[in-house]
Amino acid sequence: MNRRGDGSGLRVRPYALTGGRTRAATDIAIETILVLTPEGAARAEHRPMEKGDILRLCRAPSSPAEISAHLHLPLGVARVLAGDLVDEGLLDFNREAAAGDPPSLRLLERVFDGLQAL
Amino acid sequence: MVSRPSDLTADPAGAAGPAPLPVKIVIAGGFAVGKTTFVGSISEIEPLTTEAALTAVSEGIDDTSKVSAKTATTVAMDFGRIGLGSDLVLYLFGTPGQDRFWFMWDDLVRGAIGAVVLIDTRRLEECFPAVDYFEESGIPFVVAMNCFDGVVTHPPEAVREALGVSPDTPILLTDARHRDATKATLIELVQHALSRATAAPV
Repeated sequence: MNRRGDGSGLRVRPYALTGGRTRAATDIAIETILVLTPEGAARAEHRPMEKGDILRLCRAPSSPAEISAHLHLPLGVARVLAGDLVDEGLLDFNREAAAGDPPSLRLLERVFDGLQAL
Repeated sequence: MVSRPSDLTADPAGAAGPAPLPVKIVIAGGFAVGKTTFVGSISEIEPLTTEAALTAVSEGIDDTSKVSAKTATTVAMDFGRIGLGSDLVLYLFGTPGQDRFWFMWDDLVRGAIGAVVLIDTRRLEECFPAVDYFEESGIPFVVAMNCFDGVVTHPPEAVREALGVSPDTPILLTDARHRDATKATLIELVQHALSRATAAPV
């Protein structure tokens, strides 16, 4: 039941990394793109463990989906750890659109134009 | 919250503004219908795979008889990413194959532009759960018939009748392997979402 699939990078049970939490104080969506804050950029090099790995990965703006895929972390764990790093002021994200809201008309138009320009 | 663009001095051009805004489209459909192929044909990265542990949410989904030992503990979900200009990123998420992973769909669909339900007309019934799901949740969706080798086995209107979807739900032909076809399908979905948003502002 607790067997992990091959290719897992985890050394411990997934939710041990989050202290058993399945939610962070700041809820991060699967697709939320995280960027380093100046402080995050300064600390990325020397932060140990998974949170350090996440900071270093986010040198290229990345979402929990990408964190999960690249670091072989379960998606839920990636979201919680990313939320922690946001609360620590090391990561930030675009708050223009509230997570979970349907996209605005203006945003849909931007996506439409962007796809046509591909 | 923390970073103010004016504080940033060392960032390269383009990174000094706010983080890119993500949008997402869900690619749904039955097992092996071509979801990952669809995502891969237009994604600017090789499709990546994320895994969600089932242990935290396994209550009520005890029937593991139909799945392999590996998927009994994790659900794999493939996704791709398309940059639309410097400040907008479109994610394409393929749904996990089995409809019993609906608890994941709720997270996937929350805030999504809409969904492409990819169908193989030889196994039409496999898309029924996805169509039901999107109709019930009110998410804009299009039905895209994946035509392998350009062979149209059933006309779209026959498919519409078989699925029982409303007349305003677009039913399209696509080819998951070809970028032009997947791009046109995505544009059609966004167009559909736009006309729905214009017709009935939420």
